[in-house]
Amino acid sequence: MNASTFLNIQGLSRRFSARSGVGEVSLAVGRGQFVVLLGPSGCGKSTTLRLIAGLETPDAGSIEIDGRDVTALPPSDRSLSMVFQSYALFPHLDVAENIVFGLKVRGVARAERRRRLDEALAVTGLEGLEDRKPAKLSGGQRQRVALARAIVAGHPLCLMDEPLSNLDAQLRHSVRQDIRALQKRLGMTVIYVTHDQTEAMSMADVVVLMRDGRIEQVASPADIYERPATTFAAGFIGSPPMAMLPADLLGAADLPGAGAAADLVFGIRGEDISLRRPGEGRLAARVLGQEFLGAETFVNLEVAGAARLTARVPGRVDTGQGEHVSLDWPREATHWFERASGRRFALPSSPIDPPRGSPAVVRPAKGY
Amino acid sequence: MTHMVKQERRRAALYGWMLLSPALVLFTTFVFAPTVATLWQSLFSAGTRRRPPAFVGLDNYADLIADPVFWRVVGNNLLYTGIAVPASIALALGMALWANARIPARAFVRVAYFTPAMLPMIAAANLWLFFYTPGFGPLAALGLGSVNWLGQPETALWAVTVVAVWKEAGFFMVFYLAALQTIPPDLREAAQIEGAGRWTYTRRVVLPLLMPTTLFVLVNALINSVRLIDQLFILTKGGPDNASKLILYWMWELAFSYFDAPRAAAMTVLVLMVLCLVAVVQFTLIDRRAHYR
Repeated sequence: MNASTFLNIQGLSRRFSARSGVGEVSLAVGRGQFVVLLGPSGCGKSTTLRLIAGLETPDAGSIEIDGRDVTALPPSDRSLSMVFQSYALFPHLDVAENIVFGLKVRGVARAERRRRLDEALAVTGLEGLEDRKPAKLSGGQRQRVALARAIVAGHPLCLMDEPLSNLDAQLRHSVRQDIRALQKRLGMTVIYVTHDQTEAMSMADVVVLMRDGRIEQVASPADIYERPATTFAAGFIGSPPMAMLPADLLGAADLPGAGAAADLVFGIRGEDISLRRPGEGRLAARVLGQEFLGAETFVNLEVAGAARLTARVPGRVDTGQGEHVSLDWPREATHWFERASGRRFALPSSPIDPPRGSPAVVRPAKGY
Repeated sequence: MTHMVKQERRRAALYGWMLLSPALVLFTTFVFAPTVATLWQSLFSAGTRRRPPAFVGLDNYADLIADPVFWRVVGNNLLYTGIAVPASIALALGMALWANARIPARAFVRVAYFTPAMLPMIAAANLWLFFYTPGFGPLAALGLGSVNWLGQPETALWAVTVVAVWKEAGFFMVFYLAALQTIPPDLREAAQIEGAGRWTYTRRVVLPLLMPTTLFVLVNALINSVRLIDQLFILTKGGPDNASKLILYWMWELAFSYFDAPRAAAMTVLVLMVLCLVAVVQFTLIDRRAHYR
């Protein structure tokens, strides 16, 4: 824990049953960071958020916000705000009343309330809608009201529980940027829960990947993409997902120096794969089909042992179904994992081995 | 083309009337026709075999208003309504909030609260007759044995009111309970995070959201306070000295004890008018303040 740690979670546990809840979660979040809790549904990310909010009581562990132990404090005393997935706007109150609800409850003077309301309305672009009831707003506007309510009190910590999941895809994209800009501008620390890796990758300073109530990996979006710590992280992040292949598919030359092939699996990002004529690459494969997406093409492939993977090739490729090809990739683009534990296998420093038959490696721009 | 549109429209209209007709027939036979007949009858004198009923205009109404019992009964009913309606609504709301909270044996609590509503009023009244029996019932065991609750003019109306509140509150609670369950739990959590305590949350969020239910319950409670007087037949028969007599019971007496049908009809018309007025006022005034999702 360093000096700039703002939120510090230690050994936090809350079990609803043997399979659900969170167990032994520890996390340190710096001041002003945008942290995304990412994971499949039921992984405990929402529970973690609710524990931080104080809406759930932990079985064990502690939560510190700004150096203050808040584990036993009620939500209102934790100086945080929250944006709910449903927005949780009060349907009988108009926009202005919804936003200043908390200020009113806390007895902030009328003039001050007015000033902060105007500020929040301006920041979220809701001017002119003060008198509308939530039922008379569009989804995006409701979302902004929820956001305005969260920032109006000026709490340094803001929790967001899948705030974009009720918006359509186009709006989601612009709101993502708005939220990020707002967070930077106000210097808020944000804990953001989502199951959408696009949101996580595009917004986060730090991604916390969760699975089965535990933290799988904590890293920057780039790190988690380039150096996934586990097979789960590798498979969850990135589209198409990274497929795990048994190491014995590769020739001995391609194996990492130490470790038996039987104990290892490996994966390659789709965009690192290039298709070559049979025999020219590292791995023989058969084309199952392809999806043309405009800027790129997903080529679905089958390798020996009925394992499948998808290559992500720029532009258009002309491969026929059933065609035999050979896959090639830069050697350092191979992600090695231990078969039993799923953990990343640390490569012993090895001599540089330029990929066969390909020019200097230029990694294509990453898409998620 | 226009011809076909017209025909199509006519067909839709026909379907509309067909769907409406069962209700229309039933209402006409059992509500509208009797109402008009009552209104008609209230304008004639009581006929005998020798003297056929004669048109007397508003004489029956003038007679009613001149009768001191009329004023006594109206006063009784106003007091009865004024106490029973707010009391049963408040009690219903309290019970619903309690039965909606996370408490042990919640289902049992709900059933217990609802039991009075399931009993026929006659049965409930008999039960309370036992409670009220001087020197014998449970009230006597509480040391109030010497009070003849039903037998003295000072307490008779109150005793009857208590039975009505006890009977009605459980029924209204069910509506509140249903309404409470439609309030998303997110709202409570949002309010909690914004710093609202339980009381603030109830006052600023729950009660406004229950407003439509309150309106519905209020209309029903007001109507019931005129309509539901079965307990009088068991408990007091309106006595002593008309102290607990309510409008409907008096109407029944006029018609079937004194066989004064025209005055009973006149009284019925007056009550109908007042009830209609109350309903109109409620739906226009409170509707504006109630939030419907």
